[in-house]
Amino acid sequence: MFVNQFLFLAAVLFCIGVYGVIARKNAVLMLMSIELILNSVNINLLAFAMRNGSTDGHTFALYIIAVAAAEVGVGLGLVLLVYRNKKTISVDELSEMRG
Amino acid sequence: MRIFAAESEILAPLATGWFLENAWLIPVVPAIAFALIILIGKRLPMKGSELGVLSMAISLVLSAGTAYQWVQRVNGASEEQFVSPVVRSWSWWQSGGFDFGIGQHIDGLSVVVLFVVAFISTLVQVYSLEYLRGDRRYTHFFAALTLFSGGMLAMVLADNMILFLLGWEIMGLCSFMLIGHWWEEDANSRAALKAFFTVRTGDMGLLVGISMLYFAANDWTQANLGLSGFSIRGISAWALSGEPNSSVITIAAVALFIASIGKSGQFPLHTWLPDAMAGPTPVSSLLHSSTMVVAGVFLVARLYPVFFVGLDILGSGGNLIVIIGGITIVISAALAFVQNDIKRVLAYSTVSQLGYMMLGLGAGAWLPAVFHIFTHAFFKACLFLGAGSISHSASHHSFDMKKDMGGLRKVMPITFATWIVSTLALCGVFPFSGFFSKDEIIDNVGYNGYNTFMVVGLIGAFMTAAYMTRATYLTFFGEPRGASAGHAAHDTHDSHQTHDSHDTHDSHSAHDPHAAHDTHDSHSAHDSHAAPHESGLLITVPLMILSVLALGSGFLNATPFGESWERMKLWVEPRASVVFEESKSGGPGESLNLVAGVVSAEDSHSKSVCGSATPEEGVCYAPQLNHAPFKWSKAIMSMLIVFAGGAISWILSMLVFTKRDPRVAGLTSRIRLLGLGHSFLVNKYYLDHFYEKVVVRSVAYPISRAAYWFNQNILDGVLHGAARVTTKLSDWVYKNVDQRVVDNTVNNSAVLTKSVGTAAQPTQSGRVSQYGALLFSATAIAALVLVIVNT
Amino acid sequence: MNMLQDNNWLLSVGTFLPLVGVVVLLLMPKAQDSAIKNVALLTSIATLIVGVYTAFKFDYGQAEKLQFVADVNWISVIKSSYLIGLDGISLPLYLLSMIITLLVVIYSLDHVPSPGKPKSFFALLLVLQTGMAGTFIAQDLILFFVFFELVLLPMFFLIGVWGGEQRQYASIKFFLYTMFGSALMLVAFLALFFKTGAESFSIPFLIENGAGIAKTTQIWIFAGMFVGFAVKVPMFPFHTWLPDAHTQAPTQGSVILAAILLKLGTYGFVRIALPTLPDAAREWAPYIGGLAVIGIIYGALGCLAQSDMKRLIAFSSVAHMGFVMLGISTLTSFGVNAAMFGMVAHGLITGMLFFIAGSVKERYHTLEIAKLGGMLTAMPRLGWIFGFCAMASLGLPGLAGFWGEFPAILSAYNPAEGLNESTFRVFMVIAALGTVLAAAYLLWMFQRVAFGTAKTTSSHSSHDDLHDVTTHEWIAWTPLLIGILVLGVLPNLLFSVLEPAVQITLKAFGG
Repeated sequence: MFVNQFLFLAAVLFCIGVYGVIARKNAVLMLMSIELILNSVNINLLAFAMRNGSTDGHTFALYIIAVAAAEVGVGLGLVLLVYRNKKTISVDELSEMRG
Repeated sequence: MRIFAAESEILAPLATGWFLENAWLIPVVPAIAFALIILIGKRLPMKGSELGVLSMAISLVLSAGTAYQWVQRVNGASEEQFVSPVVRSWSWWQSGGFDFGIGQHIDGLSVVVLFVVAFISTLVQVYSLEYLRGDRRYTHFFAALTLFSGGMLAMVLADNMILFLLGWEIMGLCSFMLIGHWWEEDANSRAALKAFFTVRTGDMGLLVGISMLYFAANDWTQANLGLSGFSIRGISAWALSGEPNSSVITIAAVALFIASIGKSGQFPLHTWLPDAMAGPTPVSSLLHSSTMVVAGVFLVARLYPVFFVGLDILGSGGNLIVIIGGITIVISAALAFVQNDIKRVLAYSTVSQLGYMMLGLGAGAWLPAVFHIFTHAFFKACLFLGAGSISHSASHHSFDMKKDMGGLRKVMPITFATWIVSTLALCGVFPFSGFFSKDEIIDNVGYNGYNTFMVVGLIGAFMTAAYMTRATYLTFFGEPRGASAGHAAHDTHDSHQTHDSHDTHDSHSAHDPHAAHDTHDSHSAHDSHAAPHESGLLITVPLMILSVLALGSGFLNATPFGESWERMKLWVEPRASVVFEESKSGGPGESLNLVAGVVSAEDSHSKSVCGSATPEEGVCYAPQLNHAPFKWSKAIMSMLIVFAGGAISWILSMLVFTKRDPRVAGLTSRIRLLGLGHSFLVNKYYLDHFYEKVVVRSVAYPISRAAYWFNQNILDGVLHGAARVTTKLSDWVYKNVDQRVVDNTVNNSAVLTKSVGTAAQPTQSGRVSQYGALLFSATAIAALVLVIVNT
Repeated sequence: MNMLQDNNWLLSVGTFLPLVGVVVLLLMPKAQDSAIKNVALLTSIATLIVGVYTAFKFDYGQAEKLQFVADVNWISVIKSSYLIGLDGISLPLYLLSMIITLLVVIYSLDHVPSPGKPKSFFALLLVLQTGMAGTFIAQDLILFFVFFELVLLPMFFLIGVWGGEQRQYASIKFFLYTMFGSALMLVAFLALFFKTGAESFSIPFLIENGAGIAKTTQIWIFAGMFVGFAVKVPMFPFHTWLPDAHTQAPTQGSVILAAILLKLGTYGFVRIALPTLPDAAREWAPYIGGLAVIGIIYGALGCLAQSDMKRLIAFSSVAHMGFVMLGISTLTSFGVNAAMFGMVAHGLITGMLFFIAGSVKERYHTLEIAKLGGMLTAMPRLGWIFGFCAMASLGLPGLAGFWGEFPAILSAYNPAEGLNESTFRVFMVIAALGTVLAAAYLLWMFQRVAFGTAKTTSSHSSHDDLHDVTTHEWIAWTPLLIGILVLGVLPNLLFSVLEPAVQITLKAFGG
């Protein structure tokens, strides 16, 4: 089957996502990178589900999509609020959480 | 053991009546009056005082009825029959197998004391109507006074120790409120605190004693009498049953006696009594004649079998009660000589007379001691009220005999006459009442073999006559001095008219802060009579009634005139017969008027058994006591001693205070030894210093001592005396253990947590990307580990 | 054990009703002060009505049985269930917590401490109420633990946000201390669970099976519970959080702390530690009794060393809880009854004293005893109420305090079988000494605060603040004052409810 190709695509997407989270300064781009990571996981889940012939993977994927939607909603809301208060969305300048 | 009577031995039932059955109403009436005064007193036309007087009058009527029916009951009984008390009890609450009851126990003793308390309380309240007129807390005063009497009455008729304790403590509380009535002044509130605290120290003994008696007696009383171990009747029977373990009953008796010492102001806890003079004079009068201080003596009289067995009364040449009583008689009488404050002379006199009562009880002279409670109440109340009358009308609220009195016999004839009658009664001059009671005590003490203590009693009689003569001389004879001479002697006197409530004390409280002064708000009312005058009717009538009783009450038990005059003995003294209980026992709320039988007359050996040995059958409620036969020779001897004391004192007083004879005046400043003795007495044997400076201060002022302790700790901490052990304990423990060791453990753990946090702090940069990197690298490492482990 | 399941919705409603109020409060805008107060007031009144209805429905003839029992599967994985029930021991405390919360809410209507924020303040009070009520009805160890811990957080915030100057120190100390105790307590609960065969956390089940555990093991398990409960009581070496917490807490916090929170510990002893581990309890009893009398004397000495009124009252709690623990340590039903009575009495009296301290602070702006004085002249009603409570606290017969104190002393004379009598008799005498010291520190405080003439200190310029008791204060205080008097005159009201339940609880000790 074509599982390997799916896995490869997922790994690439995952790495791009990780790179985005670590390297990008823009909060919106970081959120998009997180979406990429989540979707790479989705691809993995669907690939294995297809291979095993069960629907468990589909269930999980749907679940993740729902959570991801919520996450993006909250995340964008946060970014908007931060922008309103700080006039920037560069994460480097947001270090109030420093312990 | 056979407790229950065979049919044939049951005698005819004893007479009873409504008053006897419902004697419990006597304290309930004042209690209700108290609540009413507090709630609506201020709105009434007489500010609540009418409720107080009315309730005491009702109590008096009820007690008189009770006394009358008790006499009927006794008269209806056969000669040797034990007249069983009228006991009614209800269950108050139960818990864990304990049954706490509430109820009445009416016998001769309670009848006598109930009557005295109600009688004196009524007179004192009437007197207070005038004496405290216009006082700033008139309503509060009557409320507290009423509750005070109510507490005493409840204690007197209590059928069990819990109710007894309740009345006892309520009295303590009310004495706190009454002594500190004028609490704006620090000295007064401190006196109140001292009174309450000293008595409370003794109360520890009461708590311990009650607990011990309960557990020791409960099994026996439940099994044999169906009573709880708190019941006074049960405890009395148990004590004489031969059952008690001798060390338990001894310790319990000592514990209870400690409570008596505190309440009755016996040596060495007598120091609160003179300070209690800070209260208004009617309070002193009530406190010292019939309530409060008598409670301690009453406790001993009430639980006499416990003390009789526990302290081995009549069994040995001396016991704790006799010794304490004897010491108290002499040392307090000696203190009375150096007082300038007339109320303090009377206060020490009370302490001394209470010593007589204790002496009597300790030496097996139960009846004379109880009779002395009876007679003493009348003449001592009269003396205090007389002193109040003087200060109210003649000396501008001063009680200083040397500064503000003298020559008052002409201006205050009624007060003077009643004072003289009461003084003669106090000194024990025939035929005044004190003679019949005090002389009986001394006689019986000697008759029961306590010869040393009989001598102590005679010395006491000598001293009593002497100090009372001195006080009488200073007050009523010689030249008028100070306020009683009609001088407006006090600088601040005029300011009284301003009604400034914080500034009404007389000027010399400045130089003598401990002296008692009755301060009033409405001095203007009296300022119109600048000259000394006789007091009004509300004051003189109670005085006259009391003086008549001071003269006449002795005849209720006039031993010199033969058996038929010994009414008190017949009515009050419980007969020491072996008793068989009828087996049926009353339910809750029913009269436990068990028919008491008596062993038939020919069975004489078991009659003498009570007290001296275990009864083989039946139970005893009272030990068999002896009565000294009256001898005129002894009476004349003691009379001579009294006259000698009076005469010597009279001559000395005249020489010192009026003629200022150079041979005797100022002796104390000339002869060193006498001076030392004088200042020893003035300082009250330094006992107050010991209590206040050493005991109280060591416990109560630890903070001031703390700094001192930290300074001195290393250098000579070891050498500090045992007196400071308590200080150290509280301070040291608080400062060190509490605040350091225990706290530090907690704080250290906080510090540890904090340092861990600090070490991990750099990871918290606040940069999201850095967190992301950390997260992913951690995941990567975890994944790696997983792979390695799984392969 | 026989359980009555009628009306089993009552307890859940009574316990969680405050949470409904909390939700409503959270939905409300911050600015509407009076609406917020009304909601809080209504919630607590409704809760009390449910509580009173519960008491009305309670079958007093079977006070020894658990009533209104609800048993629902909760966390089946660890065999913990939502098991709640009420018996004679729980009922008074359950009701007391509701009454106190209502009175505190009434008092708070015009006394929200700085820095204000009434919304969160009332919400926390209501959460606290749920936690307290839940602790008294939980019959499952895990449930008990959850409620026990639920109490901690609101109190932490009450002290930490609305407290005095050193509030942070005090609140963290309070939190750390109790968490430390709770951790050991949880370990003990788990050990108890596994040692009885890992079958159930239900307390009735554990009572039946706990006695089978080997004695040494029991002793260790008891140790864990002991620390957990003793911190809460607080007993002698674990008490140092108390004065700080009390001194720094706002009046409302102090009142709830004194009136209810301290009872969680003693309640835990009676409900869980003694009946589940009888052998260990017998071993531990002399030590508990010893620490209790040390606490009595030590608390009293601590009081005498204080110059701050509130701190003094706080230390007096250590002494009074010493009497409660002394009663418990006798392991007799009489002693435990006395202890339970003492808990309620102390709740009423000390709660009242803290209310007074709060009002004094509000009027004089200080609690330094040396700076107060003449309260009776300035504010006669407040002064006499204070005197009344001081008298109740020192154990005057006829008022509630006495029936907690004297029976505890009495019970120490004759402890349960197997305990050393002479040791406990020594405890009895020391405890009696404690009553004398109690009189000393309370009257000493009363004399200096209430008697004498009013001091005009430079710090407070006008006497305008010195107004007598206000209407809200009257409403909040009168029930407590009546309670003190009524329980003092009719102690049977409480004892008759407690007695059967205590008897059953102490079955293992032979009554």
